[in-house]
Amino acid sequence: MAGLELLSDQGYRVDGRRAGELRKIQARMGVFAQADGSAYIEQGNTKALAVVYGPHEIRGSRSRALPDRALVNCQYSSATFSTGERKRRAHGDRKSCEMGLQLRQTFEAAILTQLHPRSQIDIYVQVLQADGGTYAACVNAATLAVLDAGIPMRDFVCACSAGFVDGTALADLSHVEEAAGGPQLALALLPASGQIALLEMDARLHEDHLEWVLEAAAQAARDVHTLLDRVVRQHVREASILLGD
Amino acid sequence: MLKSKTFLKKTRTGGVMKIVREHYLRDDIGCGAPGCAECGGAHGEPALEPQPQDQASSLWPRPHYLLPDTNVLLHQIDVLEDPAIRNVIVLQTVLQEVRNRSAPVYKRIRDVTNNLEKHFYTFTNEHHRETYVEQEQGENANDRNDRAIRVAAKWYNEHLNKMSAENQLQVIFITNDRKNKEKAVEEGIPAFTCEEYIKSLTANPELIDRLACLSEDGKEIESGKIIFSEHLPLSKLQQGVKSGIYLQGTFRASRENYLEATVWIHGDTEENKEIIVQGLKHLNRAVHEDVVAVEILPKNQWVAPSPVVLQDEGQDEDDVEKEEETERMLKTTINEKMLRPTGRVVGIIKRNWRPYCGMLSKSAIKESRRHLFTPADKRIPRIRIETRQASALEGRRIIVAIDGWPRNSRYPNGHFVRNLGDVGEKETETEVLLLEHDVPHQPFSQAVLSFLPKMPWSITENDMKNREDLRHLCVCSVDPPGCTDIDDALHCRELKNGNLEVGVHIADVSHFIRPGNALDQESARRGTTVYLCEKRIDMVPELLSSNLCSLRCNVDRYLYMLVHKTIVITILTDSHQQMLSAFTHRLAFSCIWEMNHNAEILKTRFTKSVINSKASLTYAEAQMRIDSATMNDDITTSLRGLNKLAKILKKGRIEKGALTLSSPEVRFHMDSETHDPIDLQTKELRETNSMVEEFMLLANISVAKKIHEEFSEHALLRKHPAPPPSNYEVLVKAAKSKNLEIKTDTARSLADSLDRAESLAFPYLNTLLRILATRCMMQAVYFCSGMDNDFHHYGLASPIYTHFTSPIRRYADIIVHRLLAVAIGADCTYPELTDKHKLADICKNLNFRHKMAQYAQRASVAFHTQLFFKSKGIVSEEAYILFVRKNAIVVLIPKYGLEGTVFFEEKDKPKPQLIYDDEAPSLKIEGVVFHVFDKVKVKIMLDSSNLQHQKIRMALVEPQIPGISVPSEISNMDINEPEEKRRKLEK
Repeated sequence: MAGLELLSDQGYRVDGRRAGELRKIQARMGVFAQADGSAYIEQGNTKALAVVYGPHEIRGSRSRALPDRALVNCQYSSATFSTGERKRRAHGDRKSCEMGLQLRQTFEAAILTQLHPRSQIDIYVQVLQADGGTYAACVNAATLAVLDAGIPMRDFVCACSAGFVDGTALADLSHVEEAAGGPQLALALLPASGQIALLEMDARLHEDHLEWVLEAAAQAARDVHTLLDRVVRQHVREASILLGD
Repeated sequence: MLKSKTFLKKTRTGGVMKIVREHYLRDDIGCGAPGCAECGGAHGEPALEPQPQDQASSLWPRPHYLLPDTNVLLHQIDVLEDPAIRNVIVLQTVLQEVRNRSAPVYKRIRDVTNNLEKHFYTFTNEHHRETYVEQEQGENANDRNDRAIRVAAKWYNEHLNKMSAENQLQVIFITNDRKNKEKAVEEGIPAFTCEEYIKSLTANPELIDRLACLSEDGKEIESGKIIFSEHLPLSKLQQGVKSGIYLQGTFRASRENYLEATVWIHGDTEENKEIIVQGLKHLNRAVHEDVVAVEILPKNQWVAPSPVVLQDEGQDEDDVEKEEETERMLKTTINEKMLRPTGRVVGIIKRNWRPYCGMLSKSAIKESRRHLFTPADKRIPRIRIETRQASALEGRRIIVAIDGWPRNSRYPNGHFVRNLGDVGEKETETEVLLLEHDVPHQPFSQAVLSFLPKMPWSITENDMKNREDLRHLCVCSVDPPGCTDIDDALHCRELKNGNLEVGVHIADVSHFIRPGNALDQESARRGTTVYLCEKRIDMVPELLSSNLCSLRCNVDRYLYMLVHKTIVITILTDSHQQMLSAFTHRLAFSCIWEMNHNAEILKTRFTKSVINSKASLTYAEAQMRIDSATMNDDITTSLRGLNKLAKILKKGRIEKGALTLSSPEVRFHMDSETHDPIDLQTKELRETNSMVEEFMLLANISVAKKIHEEFSEHALLRKHPAPPPSNYEVLVKAAKSKNLEIKTDTARSLADSLDRAESLAFPYLNTLLRILATRCMMQAVYFCSGMDNDFHHYGLASPIYTHFTSPIRRYADIIVHRLLAVAIGADCTYPELTDKHKLADICKNLNFRHKMAQYAQRASVAFHTQLFFKSKGIVSEEAYILFVRKNAIVVLIPKYGLEGTVFFEEKDKPKPQLIYDDEAPSLKIEGVVFHVFDKVKVKIMLDSSNLQHQKIRMALVEPQIPGISVPSEISNMDINEPEEKRRKLEK
């Protein structure tokens, strides 16, 4: 048997997308009433939930408080049923710690933390279903949740993954494409300024190819921004109707 | 732009695992027909023709496109490749199935699709909103795919109808599956079988011959006799292999005996590495190179590899009994020690059939349409084909592909593919041997040539970046006469501190061949230049190989640019060379050592450079200069210095255990007009040969060290594994018969004992032993340093080795050049260079191409030897016995470097009494004993009784054995007058 053909000669991927196309994105803001901000996002079959509390006083040891800006605390977890195989994941395992750290870096770059010195902002993200690009989905969900909480940010943070197959950069990898073992790059972008909040890649990729993959990821992130922007505007419109404007 | 629906596909594998996949269905996939308003500009350039007129089918006279199903594509690719078949729609469903089932066919389809003139279009039906079908409950994957194909065909017909109803463009569904066809017709899709359709193409009757004849169900009952046992299904085989009942391996038929084969078992198991399969029924329809599963027979049925030479002569189907008789004959020698694991083929895991070259053996019945085809490769069984043009194909070399091998057939069924030309014609024969050895030999395509530098070419400022100017050095090249692709040049000079500076300058081919472009890809595919007797199949276009990269001295290259090449070669003499001053310079990659007078390397330096070759010498000229007392110019002193150092280096190398082996190599003197061989001589070796060789080895080793140091994971190196001790058995036994001892425990002791194995009475013995020793060796191979940990080169006794010195004719050297250039910072790296898997793939291809090039070279020599003896007539020569077989001896004729077999059994003659002793080894015929290395006299003649394999036949002259040997002077063959005279004149 020949292996899976990730990109056909005609330029179609396994699931029928072309190289630069995103999966279908659906999102909702304000899904929980208790939290200060919350959001739910579906990127294809990857589904993530984010809630935000804060800014509030530092919980626990006060020594963690930062004198000049707010502390961003991010926690990531994934549901037992999120992958094909049911698997109980211990809280605070290596993978979720790493993901939490990455999210924290991303949002420290985006939130105007200096407006809330000595306080804390909590971002909790849970992946309900994982089908590739979990980091991107988490960031996108968290962005909406932070916006929902009304915490001032420099810009949206939009994230997308990209891979590289047979000389072509593929945007928004699905699980099948990730599992094929090629290089994968995750990018979080502040679309208005084009600044990069986080860029991460584990595999080997030749320097010459990096530019293309990066561009593919950036373009995809900009596309994500267009969609998220639409979701936010829709949400605000609905909210203002409810408030009886 | 994109309308998407999400579907869920569920599959369960192994444990409980739920796989959910998305599938986006699109509405922007074009149908491929030009001028289609529905699809608009959704697709790129339309692949199909708007009005396919040329296919005048009597079944369907209106314009139409073809839509074949998977099996048609898989089996009838030969027909589809024909230029007469155009406008074919290949569905994605079909393409995927083909991809899973046969990689070669898949590749061919892709090539056809890329050929714009064929108008093939791949329709991505699985992603199309209207042609996607879901698997229904209780429907298997095959049925679902068939349905998908029908749905797509139906969609096409409706779609084309919508486009323009009046021109009645239709899609015809081609399938060989009866049920599928019926269903299609029911649904209103015009459907035909492949055979029906091709037969209806009245304009192209020759296509019928190229149809694959598949086992029709009807015929199987007809000739009910079943010869072979059934092949087990793949699932059972895999289970069996896993549990160890069966072994999986590559089937290698024996060249000498059609009833015997070996199966090389995959994997690392030391025991049972090689399994013998003997007898027609045990071979069970496996063909050379197939991957098969074998079952090991109980020990009491084990056999020894048969020393008998047997050829398949049968013409009829019914001689299976006769076959059994011969089989019994094979098993006569029973020597417990010789028994090897024996097995039988239970099933085929993967067929590796390819089109085969050969000739038609016309059926005895004149009207018959079925004929047997005899492949040129003796390891391939004869193939039954059906053709109406048998008389036109007689005496021609043709290509035939195998379609299948039913259980009741003695021979596989196949179909005719292509006619190459008359047998015996030099062009045809060369074509055959190139095809048979899979040597890419088409002219370079325009795409490839477009990457060549523009002429007139000169060195620019840009080229001089990262390059050292070494034009002042007295560099010269030493090569065989007539060589136009000179890739190495040397220099040697004394430095102020008394040490010597030695430089090896290699043509900088990688400067011209940039990674990744078409030129690079083509050279990578070719892998090596193939030297045939009268022809050279270049790896890189001639402009590079004989001009820009060739390090010839200045003069002839300048002339080359002005005058036609052939004239240049004839008018060039030494005096001309000196008369003309330097005009042009060459780009080189230099390896420069500082050495003391004991040839110890003090410093090594690599650099890209520009050189100016002061002289291109032949080996003989260089030798003359070194030897002559009167010449004292720069070039000569340089040569003398090199020669002195080379001798020291060689001594050092031999002390380390490097082997000096020997193989009889011949050169033909060609007639300049007809290119027929007029004389042949064995290659002569001069001191200067080994001088050049010594420095090339040194350069290769130095470069290997450097690139491995820099790229420990992805250096391209060359290794030569030590042969297993069992390989030496033949050599040791043979030497023993002459009371000599050959030690084989290390390379050093082998080299020493070969040196000591001298016999005063028999000076040629040493060469013979070295020839035998060469046959014991393993193949040297390229490999990627990150994929292996044994780097040792056994033959050269070097811990590390690579190829650096011939980038014009070997692709490996180009890669090594690139690696080295990166290592010294003279060039930039590129992605594939540092990918060890890609490098390993390149190595695999190179190893294959090198092996094939070698075989092609040998075949070419053999063909020219035949031509030579054809013109020379019958001659008697002295020969030495190399091997003793059960019914034959293999002899070597030193004068021609020719090897041949003398058979002692002939079909229509009484069998002589043969006693074969495997221990000695010796063969006793009617009281006369033959040992290895015995001197005999044989008569050489060309046997044209079998047109396909015209061969050199040898018959024994001395010692005389009544009834076997032939008289030396006048033979019983009808020799015509002039030849006899000529022979007398010679004496």
